[in-house]
Amino acid sequence: MLDGRGSIKRRLGARLWLSGTWLGVMALLALFAPMISPHDPLAQDLFAGRLPPFWMNGSDPAYLLGTDSLGRDVLSRLIHGARIAFSVALVAGLATAIVGSMLGLLAGYMRGWVDVLISRLVDIWMAFPPVLFAILLIAVLGTGLTSIIIAIVVIDWTRFCRVVRAEAMNQSAMDYVSSAIVAGRPRRDILWREILPNVLPTIVALLTLEMGIAVIVEAILSFVNLSISTDAPTWGGMIAEGRTSIYQAWWVLAFPLAVLFLTVLSFSQFGEGLKDRFDPVLR
Amino acid sequence: MSAFLTVKNLSAALHGFDQRVLRSVSFSIDTGEVLGLVGESGAGKSMIGKAILGILPSAISIIEGEILIDGQDLQKMKPADRRRFIGATAALIPQDPLTALNPSRRIEPQITSRLVDILGWSKADARVRAMELLNEVHIDNPERVMGSYPHELSGGMRQRVLIASAFAANPKLVIADEPTTALDVTVQKQILRLIRELQERHSTAMVFVTHDLGVVSKVCQRLSVLYGGKIVENSSVPDFFKGPKHAYSRALLAATPKYTDPDASLLPVDESVIEAVAAEVLAADKEWRHGR
Repeated sequence: MLDGRGSIKRRLGARLWLSGTWLGVMALLALFAPMISPHDPLAQDLFAGRLPPFWMNGSDPAYLLGTDSLGRDVLSRLIHGARIAFSVALVAGLATAIVGSMLGLLAGYMRGWVDVLISRLVDIWMAFPPVLFAILLIAVLGTGLTSIIIAIVVIDWTRFCRVVRAEAMNQSAMDYVSSAIVAGRPRRDILWREILPNVLPTIVALLTLEMGIAVIVEAILSFVNLSISTDAPTWGGMIAEGRTSIYQAWWVLAFPLAVLFLTVLSFSQFGEGLKDRFDPVLR
Repeated sequence: MSAFLTVKNLSAALHGFDQRVLRSVSFSIDTGEVLGLVGESGAGKSMIGKAILGILPSAISIIEGEILIDGQDLQKMKPADRRRFIGATAALIPQDPLTALNPSRRIEPQITSRLVDILGWSKADARVRAMELLNEVHIDNPERVMGSYPHELSGGMRQRVLIASAFAANPKLVIADEPTTALDVTVQKQILRLIRELQERHSTAMVFVTHDLGVVSKVCQRLSVLYGGKIVENSSVPDFFKGPKHAYSRALLAATPKYTDPDASLLPVDESVIEAVAAEVLAADKEWRHGR
């Protein structure tokens, strides 16, 4: 019995291509940063301070995107900054997704007192202003990459919890869950094999969004000097430094800003694209 | 001989409300027998099936009465035991084939998971059985269907798959919850014939929930007419179609379109009949409260 529906293939949209390519390139740069970057990101050369990027007068071909006030290579610092940004995005994003989704699944599927407990906790949690909360946490935990990651997980798990809970509740009301109950399948099995796979597209979309947010949070904390050590090459730190010399050397601010913007945008677009593509139900 | 399924004085209610949604429902079914549950939307037809299978919505619970399957009282079992027992003896053919299959799993595990996980079959045996079943429901290339995702199949095909998976573990009791309502008319007839065929072959006891008296006359031996969660008439199918005893049943029967006379105008159920049956339900409610 052929019904003509079996062989429909969806095209990979331009959105998925563009954002995927950007993220792929950035990830590669981050991974091989020490090999790729032309200079040591920390090496200062006070005689080569504030050199403009390659297309402007007075530039030095050794420093493609110019140098900052201390004569450090902007390109090398960007590449090494990607390393920090991507590790935070990956680790914090995944950890947040796992913690939040687990609690959300439990609340949405078990209902009853478990749901009440988790949902009220989410309500209370979300009443805290997130940036203040982050600064408070860093103050307690001390600065450093691990602290940033912990802070992001502690603050943002509610984002996943809310959405996943609602989605799990939707799925629980579906007839195939009833059928699984009638079949005598254990609850854990129903949660893992019937409900989770259908919530997964939503989790993935949220995860990429969360990765973008993690990059921003890291940048914010670096900007206010609460990230890792001050001279470490982070995008947020570069933006903060560039701000002071914006009239003399705009490129020190502009490049990290552009890269940050494109990366965060790509994360959210990539997630949307993936969700459309891998949603099992054709729309 | 005692009946295979007996429901005695079953009442269910919404939490925190005094109103019952099932009002002292009683009926019984023998092995190999099909009972039709008929009534308007909201009469509680599906609710009875869900109560038996233990899948009532979380806001509704059974407040009194007994459900006996094969002589075993479900209410007296521990929840986990009850689920295992239901899993081994009963199955559901759901109403809407579009939401009754998990969209992210292939068909094969959806048919075989009960066999493999609950009844401990080997994967290979379960696969052979699934193929057999798909043949039984007249699916031409079971191989391809087993590897498909639900969205790759048409509504009729999905309902066939659901029927196959309902009969997979040789259930002694099947609850068919309006299995043809979501299908178009041409497919309905095939599916009905199929359900009937499998039910006879496996001599399953079956509860057939429907609002279509035409379907009842084809599939069922006995029927119960429901109004407001209360059974107003129990009857054998031939007797019912000769002349229902209750005024509401008569009105319901008169409201069914007749294929022999397609031009006859449809009679809506008369207001006075509805008022009478509603009054009857309320009177029974009053008596029930008094008795508590």
